[in-house]
Amino acid sequence: MSAARDLVLGRIRTALRDAPVAPDVPRDYRPAGRPASLETLIDRLVDYKAVVHRISEEDIAATVSGLVSGTVVVPPGLPPAWRPAGALQDDGLPQDRIAAADAVLTAAAVAVAETGTIVLDGSPDQGRRIITLLPDVHFCVLRAAQVVAAVPDAIARLEPRRPLTWISGPSATSDIELNRVEGVHGPRHLHVLLLAE
Amino acid sequence: MTTFLGMPATAPRGVGNLRGEQTFPEAAHEALANSQMRRNLRHATTTIRGKSGKVIAELPDWQALRDAGSAIKADVMSRLPDLLLELEQKVTDAGGVVHWAADANEANAIVTRLVRETGSDRVIKVKSMATQEIGLNEALEEAGIAPVETDLAELIVQLGHDKPSHILVPAIHRNRSEIREIFLREMPGVDPALTDDPPVLAAAARKYLRETFLSTKVAVSGANFAVAETGTLAVVESEGNGRMCLTLPDTLITVMGIEKVVPTWQDLEVFLQLLPRASTGERMNPYTTMWTGVTPGDGPQNFHLILLDNGRSAVLADEVGRSALHCIRCSACLNVCPVYERAGGHSYGSVYPGPIGAVLSPQLTGIEDNASLPYASSLCGACFDACPVKIDIPSLLVHLRDKAPHPRSERAAMAAAAWLMDKPKMYASAQRAAKLARIAGRRGRGLPPPLSGWTAGRDLPEFPSQTFRDWWAAR
Ligand code: SF4
Repeated sequence: MSAARDLVLGRIRTALRDAPVAPDVPRDYRPAGRPASLETLIDRLVDYKAVVHRISEEDIAATVSGLVSGTVVVPPGLPPAWRPAGALQDDGLPQDRIAAADAVLTAAAVAVAETGTIVLDGSPDQGRRIITLLPDVHFCVLRAAQVVAAVPDAIARLEPRRPLTWISGPSATSDIELNRVEGVHGPRHLHVLLLAE
Repeated sequence: MTTFLGMPATAPRGVGNLRGEQTFPEAAHEALANSQMRRNLRHATTTIRGKSGKVIAELPDWQALRDAGSAIKADVMSRLPDLLLELEQKVTDAGGVVHWAADANEANAIVTRLVRETGSDRVIKVKSMATQEIGLNEALEEAGIAPVETDLAELIVQLGHDKPSHILVPAIHRNRSEIREIFLREMPGVDPALTDDPPVLAAAARKYLRETFLSTKVAVSGANFAVAETGTLAVVESEGNGRMCLTLPDTLITVMGIEKVVPTWQDLEVFLQLLPRASTGERMNPYTTMWTGVTPGDGPQNFHLILLDNGRSAVLADEVGRSALHCIRCSACLNVCPVYERAGGHSYGSVYPGPIGAVLSPQLTGIEDNASLPYASSLCGACFDACPVKIDIPSLLVHLRDKAPHPRSERAAMAAAAWLMDKPKMYASAQRAAKLARIAGRRGRGLPPPLSGWTAGRDLPEFPSQTFRDWWAAR
């Protein structure tokens, strides 16, 4: 194993015999720190067919219950007031129970207005990656303060060593004659519960 | 002997998918007759081009992002050994295991061994150019392990016993009725009443793969980016099959070309803006998964990263050619290339088709094995303009043409053409002669020798009834 390591490293060192000088990286693109627009975020979410609900925190549980009648999985750290009646808390649930659930409700870490992206980072109110993957409907609660303008802002806020899932729309494919079909493997429906604050 | 240890090397013969059975002109000649493929391709490339242009126009700093992306990649190449060592350290610190593979054979052997150690006889796969390049599926099958492709297009290709024809939409050469037939024939347990409606076909794939996802303990993926500073890997995708593979199994094995490393976490802010807009024409692809080693209680608890050379060191050794390693596999250059649009992805004989394939494949294999590929271009320059990391593909093509061994007949033809075009008077009379030849019934048969070597691989344009010089002289 280390023979291959030495070999590969030796080869690339030899390949760089000419000691190329790397250019300075120009970072003249728009940096992090611009103000974020909620309107842009909503526009982008709607563009890829996520459903946006502008509600207040007290209405989360009722909104979710009103949209799905079956089992809703929630991560262990989700605020109790958010939980719909009969929510199934994930304390290491087996795969098949998560797969059999109808929906999942989580918080989020960051949202990017310019691209309509929501990022989950595995915090206790977002849970393990598996719970937002198997159920067919994902409800995601977003606070206005979590919305940033563009990708550099999200990169600046996120902790790379956490498991990160960047979501920009429900699962989709364009593999059959370029027809966009929603929902191949991930959740087929994404509902964003944007809190009025 | 030790002196030879570290010499850059090309990808070995006899394994993997970098070499076609035919030369480009031969394969393209057959492909040109396939009008359905050309229709599908034209539709795909035009559509993606349009979408991409629209979302790129939304960003006022697109050119600045390209400049940054290009410079970061040049920086990566200049200190690749250090960055790989840093990546190895960070992945190891985070609980991953790093392996190095000098070539396709070694990489396939490592994956096979790792899968065997888990006791599984099946792996789920995320679409990955690197594993296609090394022919991993064939190697696993030979070892009695079933690789299941989970990207819808890759699944169509796999079930159809076919080859991918496009980096982004590998099954674009198939239309819905063919896909339906493939599913009916090859997909166990498929509903016989299956229609060819795309949502119905996608639902059939979802159902077929669901059980496999939930019951397979090992996954194999590629990587779009790997951050040296943090040991973070990133995979971008659309369908969620990537998330399935990267999240559900106990063991994850990632095969990554050594050029995919980026120095810092911050660098991802550049590539995550460039890649989706250039590639699928989306502001962001539906899913991106990032992971660093293993996270206790979340996702695979065993993570193996295989760093693959397989000819990359040889590409790196060419001071001009090395910029082909900057490629982030967005496929934008395919979608703007008039040659690709007509010849199709299969003609290139490699998993890397289109303009980038025409420069990357011959460098990875050694130019003698893919000598015709640098000619698979009109040098129109559209690929350079489209490339989000500003790879100057036309210049690379010219550079490689210089290095390619030319068959004798072609050399003679080129020499004759150059000589002819140098001599204005003779060129003018040759044009008239060609006109005469056409009148004399040579139409469609190409140029007479020694120029026939040139027209064997190209359609000879119809000669105008009057040459420009004749017209100029007569006006
Ligand atoms: S060469 Fe450039 S345009 Fe072509 S696939 Fe690579 S990154 Fe994209």
